[in-house]
Amino acid sequence: MRFKTVTSPHILQHTSVGQVMRRVLYAMIPGIAALVWFFGWGVLINLALATAVALGAEAVMLSIRGKPLALHLGDYSAVVTAWLLAVALPPLAPWWLTVIGVLAAIVVAKHLYGGLGYNPFNPAMIGYVALLISFPREMSAWLIPHGMGQSHALGLLDTLQIIFGGVGSLPIDALTGATPLDVLRTKLGLGQTVAEIRNSPVFGIVAGQGWEWVTAGFLAGGLWLVYTRTAAWQIPAGLLGGLAVMATVFYLIDPQHYAPPWFHLWSGAVIFGAFFIATDPVTASTTPRGRLIYGAGVGILIYVIRGFGGYPDGVAFAVLLMNIAAPTIDLYTRPRVFGEKPS
Amino acid sequence: MSALFPFHGGLKTVRHKTESNQTPIQAGILPPRLTVPLRQHIGAIAKPLVQPGDRVLKGQMIGQPDGYISAAIHAPTSGVVSAVDQQPVPHPSGLSDLCVTIETDGEERWIDREPVDYRRLHPSELRQTIRNAGVVGLGGAGFPSAVKLNLAGRSEPLATLMLNGAECEPWITCDDRLMRERAAEVVAGLQIMAHLLEPQEVLIGIEDDKPEAIAAMTAACAGTGYEVRPVPTRYPSGSVKQLVKLLTGKETPVDGLPVDVGVQCFNVATAYTVHRAINCGEPMLSRVVTVTGQVHRPGNLETLIGTPFAELIKQCGGYRENVERLIMGGPMMGFALHSDDAPVTKAANCLLAAGSAELAPELPVLPCIRCGACMDVCPANLLPQQLYWHARAKEFDQARDCHLFSCIECGCCSHVCPSHIPLVQYYRYAKNEIWAKEKEKQRAEQARQRHQARMERLEREKQEREAKLRQKAPVRPEPAVASTNPHSDPLTPAPSPAKGEGHPEG
Ligand code: SF4
Ligand code: SF4
Repeated sequence: MRFKTVTSPHILQHTSVGQVMRRVLYAMIPGIAALVWFFGWGVLINLALATAVALGAEAVMLSIRGKPLALHLGDYSAVVTAWLLAVALPPLAPWWLTVIGVLAAIVVAKHLYGGLGYNPFNPAMIGYVALLISFPREMSAWLIPHGMGQSHALGLLDTLQIIFGGVGSLPIDALTGATPLDVLRTKLGLGQTVAEIRNSPVFGIVAGQGWEWVTAGFLAGGLWLVYTRTAAWQIPAGLLGGLAVMATVFYLIDPQHYAPPWFHLWSGAVIFGAFFIATDPVTASTTPRGRLIYGAGVGILIYVIRGFGGYPDGVAFAVLLMNIAAPTIDLYTRPRVFGEKPS
Repeated sequence: MSALFPFHGGLKTVRHKTESNQTPIQAGILPPRLTVPLRQHIGAIAKPLVQPGDRVLKGQMIGQPDGYISAAIHAPTSGVVSAVDQQPVPHPSGLSDLCVTIETDGEERWIDREPVDYRRLHPSELRQTIRNAGVVGLGGAGFPSAVKLNLAGRSEPLATLMLNGAECEPWITCDDRLMRERAAEVVAGLQIMAHLLEPQEVLIGIEDDKPEAIAAMTAACAGTGYEVRPVPTRYPSGSVKQLVKLLTGKETPVDGLPVDVGVQCFNVATAYTVHRAINCGEPMLSRVVTVTGQVHRPGNLETLIGTPFAELIKQCGGYRENVERLIMGGPMMGFALHSDDAPVTKAANCLLAAGSAELAPELPVLPCIRCGACMDVCPANLLPQQLYWHARAKEFDQARDCHLFSCIECGCCSHVCPSHIPLVQYYRYAKNEIWAKEKEKQRAEQARQRHQARMERLEREKQEREAKLRQKAPVRPEPAVASTNPHSDPLTPAPSPAKGEGHPEG
C-alpha cells in the first residue's frame, strides 16, 4: 500500500491567527463597556461603522491582490484594527472621519505594505495619526463623560443624527469638552501648578473622571491577554516601567509642574496602548529582551511627547516611532542559544 | 530526589500511550522473506559478505563494517540469500538502498552463540564484540555504539553515564514495555557499558508518565548504585541534549557532543541489545516496534530486522479506518513512509498508522505574525521565526549565523504556530541547501587544487626540459610564446620546444 508523505510534525496544536485576534477582541469588551457607559451610543456606532468599512476595504484589497477571501477575512485582523482605531476616536466623530481613518489603516498601512504580517507600522495608529494631523479639530472634540452631566441625555437617534447628519437637536459644543490631558497641558501652560489643576472637575480619583474607569476596563482585559499569553508580558511591563521611571524622576524634581507617575500611568491611552496597541506582534520587537526594550522605549517616548511635544497624548506617535526601531532591536537582542557560550 | 534542571521551551503534547502499552511485548511472526538493508546506521554502508544462493544461519554476519564509523549486519534468521541489490528502504526520500534479501527456511538455525564474561575481556576486545554484534543507538539516530563506548583520547574520566528512557514522543511505547518487562536485562547491559566507560555516576531518565517502568527499573537497579530519575512529561525531554541538561544541568556546546561535557548517553533498548550481544552471544537481529494508531490490535512486537512493515500491520489485525499516512517514529519527529513494503530497520521504534483522528488537518498557511509562540517553545532557545524568514528568503548564510544547525527539528515550533507555517520543513530545506553548497565548494576547491598541482607540474617539467635543452644547445633562443604566457590554456600541455623528448601526460 502506498501513502502520502508529509514532513513532520504530523500533529498540531489547535491555534490559529483568527483565534489570537478574536481573543484581542474579547479582551477589549470591558473597556468598551465602560466607554459606552460614560460616552454613550457614539462609541458603538463608531465600532460598527469601522468594522464594516474595515471588512469591506480588506475584501477589496484582498481580491485586488488575488488572495483567498474567506481565509484572510477569517483571520479577524481587519476587525482588530477597526476596533483599535474606533475606540480611539471621539464618540461623536462624523462618519467620514471614521471612514478615512479606517481606509488609511487598512489600505495604506496594511495592504500597500504587503498585508498581514508584513506591515512595519501599526495600521490602527497610522489611521489615528493621519486623522490627528489632518483633522485636529474633529479629533479633539471629545464628549464630556456621562457622570458629569449632559451627555446621558443623548439618545441613539440624536447620536446617529450627529454622526451622519452633522447636527442633532443639541449643539455639539455643549456636549464636548477638553480631555483631562488637554486640561493638564493647557493649564500648565498658563502657569498653574499640578495640585491646582487637579481640583478641576474633569479629574476623578486618580486621573480623569470617567476615564479612569475606562482605563480599569482595558487593564482587566489586558491582564487577561497577558495571562492567556496572547500578548507578550514584556511589552506592557516595559512600557509602564519606562513611563513610570520618567514620570517619577520629573515628579521628584518638581512636583509643582509635573504630574505624579500614577496620574500618567492611568491617563489617556497609556493602559490601552500598553496592552492592546504596543503588543501588536507584527510591528513590535519579537525577542524577549527586545520586547522589554521596545516597551520601555514606547513608555519613555510617551512621556517625552506629553511633557515636551506638541500633543497632549503621545501613545500613537511613540508606538510608530518604536515600530521603526523594532527590527534593529531584534538584531541586538537575540537570546543565547542552547549550548552557546554566555557572551 | 535530586534537583532537575529544566530546559527552555518544550510542550505538553497529546500522549496516546495506553493504546499500545497495555499488553506485553509479542513475538513477531517469521515472514517468508526478509529484506535487510546494509545501511541501518550513521556512517559507511556495510560491505556485503554474501551472494545470491548462499545459505545463511541465524546470526551470521552478512554485512561487514566498512571503517570505524560503520556497523555489522546479520542474518535475522536462517535461510537462503535470494538477492543482494537495491530495494526500497524506510527513508524520507523514498529511495532504495543496497539490501540482502533472505528467503527464510523457518528452521531458525543459529550460529554458535558464545556468551562471554565481560569482566574477563580486555576492553578493546569487548568493544570489538559489541561492534561485531552490530549494536547501534536504537533511539533513532543509529550511531554505532562501540564508538561511543570508547573514550580513548579523552583525558578526563567520564562524569555521567546516562540511559535515556524518556520516550517523550506521543504514541511510542516500545521502551516503556521493554523497561517494564526486561528491566534486569536492560540494567545488565548498562553494567557492561559502565564497565567500559567507568563513569562517576549512572543515571536513568524516565518520563513520569511511566510509573510501572520507573518502578521496574528502580527495582532492577537495587544494589548497583545506579539512579533512576523520573523527569516531568514534557516533549522533547527525550532529546539527548535536553535530557543531559535536565538531569545534570550541563549544556552541550552548540557544535559539540554530550561527551564534551562529560556525559555519554544511550537509549534503554541499546543497553538491552548490548546485554544480548555479550551475555547471550546474540548479535542484533530484532527490535521491539510499537505498532499503533489505526490498526485493530495495537501493541509492541519483537520483530526481526528486515520484516516488511505490512507484515507487522497484518499481525496487528490490519488497518482500521482510512489510513492517510504511515509514520515511522512518532508524530512529532517521525517521517511518513511512501509505502508499507519497506522493511523494519534497527532505528524503527514505532509504526503509526495515522488516519484523520490522529493527524492535524492540513490547514491553510497564513503569513507569520511574529507572535513568538514558536520561540517560547523552542528547546534550543532559537528564534524560529527569524530562521524562517531567512530560510524563506533563501538567506542561508544569515540562517546559519542564527544557529540554524542548533535546530534539532523537534517540531515544537510548527506545532504551535497559529499561522500553521511548516517551519521545520523550511529548516530542513535550508540545511540541505547549505550542505549542498558546502559539497559544491569542496568539489570546486578540490578541482582548483588539482588544477594548480597540474599547472605546477607542467611548469616544472617545462623548466626541466628547458634546462636540458640549454645544456645541449646553450645558444639557441627560447621560443617567445612558451616563456611569456605558460598559463594561457591550462587544458593544453605547455608547448614543448624539443620534439621527441617525451611528454608524460596525465
Ligand atoms: S509561531 Fe508562527 S506566526 Fe508566530 S512568530 Fe512563530 S512562525 Fe511567526
Ligand atoms: S524544530 Fe528547531 S526551531 Fe523548531 S522548536 Fe525544535 S529546535 Fe526550535
